This record gives sequence, C-alpha cells and structure tokens, in this order.
Amino acid sequence: MESSNGKITITYREAVKQGLREALQNDENVFLMGEDVGRYGGAFAVSKGLLQEFGEERIMDVPLSESGFVGAGIGLALAGLKPIVELMTVNFSLLAMDQIVNNAATLSHMSGGQLNVPVVIRMSCGIGKQLAAQHSHSWEPFYAHIPGLIVLSVGTHEDARGMLLTALKSPDPVIIFEYTAMLNLEKEIAVDAGAVDISKAKVLKKGKDISIITYGSGVYKSLEAASELASVGIDAEVIDLRVLRPLDEETFLASVTKTHRAIIVEEAWRSVSISSEISSRIMEKAFYDLDAPVQRLCGIEVPIPYPLHLEDAAIPQKNDIVNAVKKMIRHD
Amino acid sequence: MIEFLMPSLGADMEAGTLVEWRKKPGDSVKRGDIIAEVETQKGLIEIEVFDEGIIEELLIKEGTKIPVGTLMALINPPESIEKTKKISAPKKTTITIQPTEEKIIEKGTGEKFEEKLFKVSPLAKRIATENKIDLSQIQGSGEDGAITKEDVENAIVQQNKVAKIPKETIESIKEKSTSQIESIRSAVAAAMSKSNREIPHYYLEKRIDITKTLAWLRATNHQRPIHKRLLPAALLIKAVAQSLVNFPDLNAIWENGIQIKKEINIGFVVSLRGGGIIVPTIHTANLKNIDEIMEVLNDIIPRARAMKLRSSDLSDSTITITSLGEGGADAVFGVIYPPQVAIIGFGGSSQQPFVENGMLGIRTVFTATLTGDHRATDGLTGSDFLSALNKHLQNPELL
Repeated sequence: MESSNGKITITYREAVKQGLREALQNDENVFLMGEDVGRYGGAFAVSKGLLQEFGEERIMDVPLSESGFVGAGIGLALAGLKPIVELMTVNFSLLAMDQIVNNAATLSHMSGGQLNVPVVIRMSCGIGKQLAAQHSHSWEPFYAHIPGLIVLSVGTHEDARGMLLTALKSPDPVIIFEYTAMLNLEKEIAVDAGAVDISKAKVLKKGKDISIITYGSGVYKSLEAASELASVGIDAEVIDLRVLRPLDEETFLASVTKTHRAIIVEEAWRSVSISSEISSRIMEKAFYDLDAPVQRLCGIEVPIPYPLHLEDAAIPQKNDIVNAVKKMIRHD
Repeated sequence: MIEFLMPSLGADMEAGTLVEWRKKPGDSVKRGDIIAEVETQKGLIEIEVFDEGIIEELLIKEGTKIPVGTLMALINPPESIEKTKKISAPKKTTITIQPTEEKIIEKGTGEKFEEKLFKVSPLAKRIATENKIDLSQIQGSGEDGAITKEDVENAIVQQNKVAKIPKETIESIKEKSTSQIESIRSAVAAAMSKSNREIPHYYLEKRIDITKTLAWLRATNHQRPIHKRLLPAALLIKAVAQSLVNFPDLNAIWENGIQIKKEINIGFVVSLRGGGIIVPTIHTANLKNIDEIMEVLNDIIPRARAMKLRSSDLSDSTITITSLGEGGADAVFGVIYPPQVAIIGFGGSSQQPFVENGMLGIRTVFTATLTGDHRATDGLTGSDFLSALNKHLQNPELL
C-alpha cells in the first residue's frame, strides 16, 4: 500500500519476493532452485507467481534431497551461474551441511583461490509457528562458526527487500536466514528500496544508556522494548547485527563504548551462541568501558516446545527485554 | 534492626570523635569486626561491633564529635535479611534467571570474600584511578552494591566540594592526635578526681614472700622456648583473678549500690612512654590459664603503647591491677577507677629479712595492697582477699 511520503506498507514475505523478482530481472544468470518453489509457489508462498513470470529454467523445483540440490547449486555456481538455492527451512539444512561446510565454504581455499563459489543459500528459520522441536531450530550460530561463509540475518523489511541483491554480487557463498514468524508482518519501507550493504551492523535506534544488540526476530522486539523503555526514561540504543559472519564488531564496540552497558538478545540457545561471541568480544575489546556485566537474553536450552504458551516462554519476548534492561540500569 | 551506639570506653568517657568508618552500607559484619575508628581522650580507638548482620545505614558523618550512647549506625540482623531475601526471591528469578542447561552457579555469599572485596565496574575503576578516588569510600549503587561510573562521578563531585571546605575539622582531629598525651592526662585527671571526690577509699597492705613463686617461674621458663616464657605479671594477674572468685564483692561496680559482676575482667595499668596510663582489659582472666593470659599481654601491651587498642580492649573491666615492677617504690596504693570498687597494687620486690616458723631468712618479698571502696566492702573483706592472694602466690603450680 503506497503512501504519499514515498513509503509503502508491505509484508516481510512481499519484501523477500520483490527482492527475488528484482534479482531475477537484473541478471539472466540468476535462478531460483528449491523444494516446491515453482508449482507450489514456495512452502511459505514467497515465490508464488514467479514460475509463471520467469519460466521453468529460472524457477526450478528440485527433488527432496537437500544434499543433492545444494551440491548441484554449488556446482552451478562454480560453473559461472548465480544460483539462489532455497532450503525450505533451516531444519533441513542439516542434511546439506556437508555440501555447505566442506564444499561451498572451502573450495576457494582448496583451489588456492582459483575457484569461487558465488552461491546464495536462503533458508527460513526461527521460532513462533508452533512447529515443535524438530522444526524450530535456530542454527545461525552453526553457520556463523564456519570460515569461508558470509552469514546474513534478515531482521528488517529493508533487509528482506535488499540483502539478496547484494549477496548475489558476492564471489563467496552467502547464507541468508529469513524468519518465518515475520512473513506476515507489515512495515513501511521506501518505495524505491533496493540493494543494501551486507558488511555492517546497523544502529536502528540511537540511545545513550544501554546497547541492545540483536539480530533476526530479536530486532523488532528490541525496538518495541526500546520504545517502552523510553517511556520510563531509559534511552536504549538498538543494534541489528545483520551480518553474523564476518561480525562487524566496530559498530557494536563503538556503541558499548558510548553506553557502557550491553545486553544481547537472540532466539538461539544460550550456550556457544552468537551472544557468547559478542559478549566475548566486548569483554576483550571494551572491558574498560563497561559499567556493568554484559547480559544475555537467549533461547532457553530445551527442545522448543509445541504448546504456544511454552513456545513463547522459550524465547526472549519484548517484556523480557524491558525487564532485563530495567534491572541492569535501575536494579529493579 | 540493631542499633549501633557510640560505646563507652570507660566511665570517664563522655564523647568521641568519629574519625573513620571502616564499613559501608551493604557490608556484612560479624562480632569482633572493626566498624569505625573513634578519637577519644585515650587516643584513636578501633571500635568493634558485637552483632552480626549487614550494615543498613551509617548515620554519623566522619569528623563528628558525638556523646556516648549516640546512635551511629543501623545493622540489619541476619534473620531479617533472610526474610527480605525470601520475599523478593521469586520476583527476581522470573526476571533475571534464564533457565539453561548450564548449572547456575550461586553468587558467592562466602563471607570471607565479602570482607575485603567490593565490586567495581571496570569503567568505574578506570575513572576512579584517573581521578585518584578511593573506591573503598564509595557506596555502590549497582547490582549487588557494585560501584558504577555514576557512583564514582558523584564521589568526584563530593571530593571537589570537600576540597573547598576549610580544613579546620580535619586539622582539629590531627591536632588532637598529636596532643594525645595531654588528652590522656586530662582523662586520667577527670577519672581520678571523680574517684577521690566520690569514693571513700580504705587501704590495706600485705607483705608477701614471693621466693617460691619466682623460683617456680624460673624453673618453668627454663623449660620453655623464649617466646613462650612467662612474665611475673601474668602470674600476678592469674593469682588475683583466682582469688577474686571467692570475693565477688570486690569484683563489682558501684552504681546506685553494688552490682556484682559475673565475669572477672582485669584492667591492667600500662604506663605510656610519653607519660600517662592506659588500662587495657584482660577478659575472664579466671577462666584463662597463665599461658593464655601471657598471650593476651603480649598482644595488648605493645598495642596499648602504640595507642592501637580496640574498643573491646578497653571496656568491661571489673577490677584494676597496678604493678610498679622491679626497682620502683615498695608499695603502691591505687586510686579506684570508677565505677569499680577495688584496685590492687604490687610494689617492687626486694630481698628482705623474713621470719617464718621462727627462723630468719633472706627472702624475695613484695608488698601487695588493696584499695577498696568502703561503700561496697569493708576492710575485713579486703584483708581476707589479700590472704587468699598470698596463698595462691605460694602455690603457683596450682594456678
């Protein structure tokens, strides 16, 4: 829905689709392959209508073999094409881990720089749709662990719209995490929104009292929490990490150096997570600027429960963020 | 809530100047911890606390002179801390603790650490170092009492203010310390004048043959390593304490009538090198053996001379011993230290002709005296006491 100020209200799903369409329009070598992306229109209807628009050669349904089609995508990328491989969900990406870790991430190194693997692998992920333990994984920390990959987390509509376009320009493999729970969420973005930077974290709200550092589905929750905190006089800065590998530590360190306090919010399990890494780096590089211990709000370390109230309780919610920040600043 | 009052360090003390708080709100204290330093006429005394708990509030500012009995601080006893913890616990856990597979390590409540460690944020510490702020003087407002940037910044503001205040108050305290001798002089003057004014003294003396006593001491010391050797004073204190058990009327105070004390706490007069005296207490001396009394003397006399006594060192004595030591006058008749009712004096010992069982011999003899408060006891009590004392000194091995 277009408004007069050059902005448009759009769902996250629509933003991803527009990005896909623009990528397909821009470059004939770009194509989408994945389970049910064509005739079915994508498991989450992200690619609905694209088969009709771009034809079977550009929108390719593949057999139910994650290892097989991700491997094919890597091969096609090696051969000079620009495949966008869609893994229906991050949960199934485990079946393609060997292709991603041992081929996509290492071939540049193994070939002494002769071979690049410019594949983009998109996967939907996250918690909040009552999909139960096996289908509610947050594997961002897994992929962010692997040298040779660029790992992006789509926490905002702008990034849903623009990250793919920039990712396709990368000579190296890019993993893009999209969040199922946000697909129907409507936000305003610029009518002319397009490609975005994929090297920097972004300060989404400036503040002076505390840095809330987050990514993915933590982003909007943190922004809402920051608004509520503002009403009680706490001026929180919200940082969307966006790029989980390589981490843009400059941005969050600068923020912590200013606010002297940091809390990291993520849905992934707490131990050995993105927040563990952020917290360590703050400790290593901004220790003498800290006025309070770094805190973390993470997914609770249990298989994600099916019942809605337990599922909600398993991950940080807006109120959790508000309460944790208040406690850090006012100790209440 | 426990009230911590300015203690009386002797009946002659009316007021003291709080020089320094050694604890801050939030600190846990237990019996015997030093809570503050107070300047009195007897010098700078470390004041101990006799309760257990957490300091809730310090009510008196450093540098203030306050009368004995003034409320100085509030201490939260352990039970009430437990209670508040229990009440607030569920609320806290729902907010802060994220259940994870990690074992949640309870934050150390180890008292041993709390005594000396206090929490400071890295930033606060850095700012404090840069501005030469003494962190131990800051009360932390952060979680668990941690000192934060804000606390240090407030301290800097305070410091700048203090720097502008005329230094008179601080100076006056310093001056006092330098004139400690004079102040002790006036303390002694006040107490002794009161004593002479109010107490009807009676005086008794008894020559005591201490040949056997000293022989036993020599023999005992001969078998001991040097640092374990006993001084005659330890033996005298023990003998007095032991004798007092049967003379409760002498181990008492006079306050609107005689009040007999259960504990036998002996004040032992220590002469200061610069003049003046100070009287530290050997608590429950009758229950201590001679070695234990010697240990107390070894600890307390150097500290008394260095003016480093604690409040408990100076309080609760129920009777006083003054001993002139070797080479001095033959006898000393003490002036009672109010509100006590007796003082025992030992003169210097010397070799004298001494008749025993019709035989004349040369013996080491000294004169023990007793000055009694005639309101509390009569001469007969004192006389019987001196006889009992003599008996004990003749049988040192039984002490």
